[in-house]
Amino acid sequence: MLVNEKIAIEHGLKSDEYEKICKLLKRTPNITELGIFSAMWNEHCSYKSSRIHLKKLHTKGKKVIQGPGENAGVIDIEDGDAIVFKIESHNHPSFIEPYQGAATGVGGIMRDVFTMGARPIANLNSIHFGSTQHKKTKNLLRGVVHGIGGYGNCIGVPTIAGQTSFDRSYNGNILVNAMTLGLVKKDKIFYSRAAGLNKPVIYVGSKTGRDGIHGASMASASFDDKIEEKKPTVQVGDPFTEKLLLEACLELMSGDSIIAIQDMGAAGLTSSSIEMASKGNLGIEINLNKVPCRETKMTPYEIMLSESQERMLIVLESGKEEIAKKIFDKWNLDFAVIGKTTNTKNIELFFDNKQVANIPVNTLVENSPMYDRKWKKSKLPKKNKIDKTTFKSLKIKDTLKKILSSPNVCSKEWIWQQYDHTVMGDTIQKPGGDSGVVRVHKTDKAIAATVDSSATYCWAHPLTGGKQVVCETWRNLISVGAKPLAVTNCLNFGSPEKEENMGEFVECVQGISEACKYLDYPVVSGNVSFYNETKDIGIKPTPTIGGVGLIKDYKKMITMDFKEIDNVVLVIGKTEGHIDQSLLSRIILNENNGPPPEVNLFNEKNNGLTLLNLIEKNFIKSAHDVSLGGIITAISKMCIKGDKGIKIKKPKFLINEIEYFFAEDQGRYLIEINPKDFKEVSKILDKNSVHYDDIGKIIDKEMIIDQKTKLTIDELKSYNTNWLKSYMV
Amino acid sequence: MKSSVITFPGSNCDRDMDIALTKFGFKNKMVWHNDQELPKSDLIVLPGGFSYGDYLRCGSMASKSKIMHSVINFAKTGGLIMGICNGFQILVEAGLVPGVLLRNKYLQFICKNVHVKVNNKENTFFKNLDKKVLEFHIAHNEGNYFCTNDQLKKIEDNNQIAIYYCDQNGNTNDQINPNGSIKNIAGIFNKEKNVLGMMPHPERMIDQSLSGEDGSIFFKNLLNNIK
Repeated sequence: MLVNEKIAIEHGLKSDEYEKICKLLKRTPNITELGIFSAMWNEHCSYKSSRIHLKKLHTKGKKVIQGPGENAGVIDIEDGDAIVFKIESHNHPSFIEPYQGAATGVGGIMRDVFTMGARPIANLNSIHFGSTQHKKTKNLLRGVVHGIGGYGNCIGVPTIAGQTSFDRSYNGNILVNAMTLGLVKKDKIFYSRAAGLNKPVIYVGSKTGRDGIHGASMASASFDDKIEEKKPTVQVGDPFTEKLLLEACLELMSGDSIIAIQDMGAAGLTSSSIEMASKGNLGIEINLNKVPCRETKMTPYEIMLSESQERMLIVLESGKEEIAKKIFDKWNLDFAVIGKTTNTKNIELFFDNKQVANIPVNTLVENSPMYDRKWKKSKLPKKNKIDKTTFKSLKIKDTLKKILSSPNVCSKEWIWQQYDHTVMGDTIQKPGGDSGVVRVHKTDKAIAATVDSSATYCWAHPLTGGKQVVCETWRNLISVGAKPLAVTNCLNFGSPEKEENMGEFVECVQGISEACKYLDYPVVSGNVSFYNETKDIGIKPTPTIGGVGLIKDYKKMITMDFKEIDNVVLVIGKTEGHIDQSLLSRIILNENNGPPPEVNLFNEKNNGLTLLNLIEKNFIKSAHDVSLGGIITAISKMCIKGDKGIKIKKPKFLINEIEYFFAEDQGRYLIEINPKDFKEVSKILDKNSVHYDDIGKIIDKEMIIDQKTKLTIDELKSYNTNWLKSYMV
Repeated sequence: MKSSVITFPGSNCDRDMDIALTKFGFKNKMVWHNDQELPKSDLIVLPGGFSYGDYLRCGSMASKSKIMHSVINFAKTGGLIMGICNGFQILVEAGLVPGVLLRNKYLQFICKNVHVKVNNKENTFFKNLDKKVLEFHIAHNEGNYFCTNDQLKKIEDNNQIAIYYCDQNGNTNDQINPNGSIKNIAGIFNKEKNVLGMMPHPERMIDQSLSGEDGSIFFKNLLNNIK
């Protein structure tokens, strides 16, 4: 087939990009080569719109062993142990085919982690759906949850935390972000950099089929009316094979046979071979007839662009083929020597004894397009003037009921009960807490992980929103007693070709970077997902942050359930009464404008570190961060979890009661302490200039706000737990 | 006491079971599904997981594994065998315990703590157990126990029901039934009571920091009974 500009454009390339390809090759590419270029140069693989901005992220720190640029990030957790982790999006496929889209998202991110030699120890996910009224929402939610569970449960890795939200802006583009953490010994980490000449290149795992051809290109385009036609580009997951692949790879990795290893994710064999060659500054030669194929008569083009799942590419030490083959035979997996490393610095493909592609590796990687796209700065919206008489008409009890049962606050038990969260026997904090926590197997250490995003805040003011998401994960980790170490980010945005969307991206990244730098909480891995829009309607900017922290002694882990009657509850951090963009504003007052709450990084850091200090001294019995729905919502959750009540004492505040209870000011926590420790705790808080309010004491089975406003714990529970269950019936 | 845990392709609770057995004093060995011979053992455990991906029918392919010949022979000679979750499904497929396990009634995977009432204590697994009601953990998609009325009658006549799903006070009713199992059955014996299949995972309840400690009670008691 002769290649021309029209065909290039059908592959998602732009005219000038096609011109550039011809110039770099000094000839017209053939169809296989064009396919390879289109796969490597699309947004998903090349980061062409985002690269220039991602460089600004804060990625360095004392605990960072590997930052962005590898299959996943790696951090040091002492004693020779390291944690490998990353988050990745699988948004487009999940909208087209929710079960397989979500399942393969989980499979893909786990491969990224075990490719580095780490055994996956925890999965998390952040999933976002359209309005609960939208006709597709229920089925998409059901499909995605089944898909995540179907894959993770089968592999036997616990799903320990997550986040689910609903917003109209996801009506035409749901988000499915999956995160995996793995545990590895520091001196047994594997990388994707090929090295040495004439080393065998090995293909292992499932056979290659026609599924997922052009998946990465699909993920780099917006949807239109014809999305259903894209179903064949969604890959099909096989968690059983992945489990075998995981065990076989870890078995091979325990020896010294592997030089480099890379999973075949987006753009399959193309990107995996090219990335390994590029990082090693080598060439690679592949005989495509040797690639195990599931279907007959597959062309070089199809073999190179297939996104069949559960496959890995390995550069092996010469002479280790037999040892490796034996392991893969034991696990019943395909194993084939398909090529070798060369000094040509080209990728050369052969099929039926003919050369079918010959491309300099650097043209695909270093010379890939990079755009400094136009972007629009957003202004901080003006504060709304709320008529205080409006507050008088609000009853606390009714308002609280509405908030506790609102889709974005209510209990997500219906979801996480479908995920195996206890397999591997180290889950010490299950979903539903501030962070999920797993022990580091056979040690006293534990790893806390959380995932969060705040699209509404980011939409209102991207710079503030970007900072806020980072801080939210920081607080989630602190609340369980973990020292926050590093983050991974999944940046979900609309089309970068629109100035507004690009501006949201640039400023969210700036906010994330500022917060990460200030908190010494670097970004070590991540991914970007653009073009989350259907028929020109984009999603709200949704950067998702996955935070990871360390608990040195797992017995000191904190949970949010109220522990003991007569204990004192303190609000840590100052409540100014910020109502704009709060849940109260959006779902009770029906006001969607205004700025998000301000983020004060000094307070975040100071409050967080002071709490860690109190936890270290064993003063804190339970803790929970204050987020959506404000103080009263956070207290309710602590009551529900602990099956205990509280008698709320009116702190001496100057703002209205409704503002005090429902405001979403940042940097705040609730903590429970023993009254005998009050003096000592307040001394430490005062010394560190941390503001606190004494909000009351724990009682049995009832939340007493004032003489007229009382709620039983059962009432709180039913508000909080019933909504999702009845919605999904 | 010696135990063996069999790893099938797709087993994923084999390590957890190994840790639990070792913690309570068993000398445990891991056995590969493709082996012919069982090591000398006082207890054989078929662990949970998704053997062969549960692709054909849960447990069916694993029940035809090479090692299963030895397992079946071991059962015939009175050896103690315990199948947990997917292991229970394998026992059913191998015909070592009666009945079948269907998909959960609400068509969803369920992962949560449940209470079970011990029905029969005249066997090595539950003999001398102080507690009547145990808190265990379930994590399965196909735990809905079913058998024909004739089979059920035989099972009941033979006192083959091991444990029922119940509330914390030991009451069994439909509301407390997590997966639609007939008669709330959570675990069942063979006729001779040397083979136990059950959906709950005692190995996930062996530490105060985990979901609970009733698994510890079960394993300690089991070890003492075998001694």
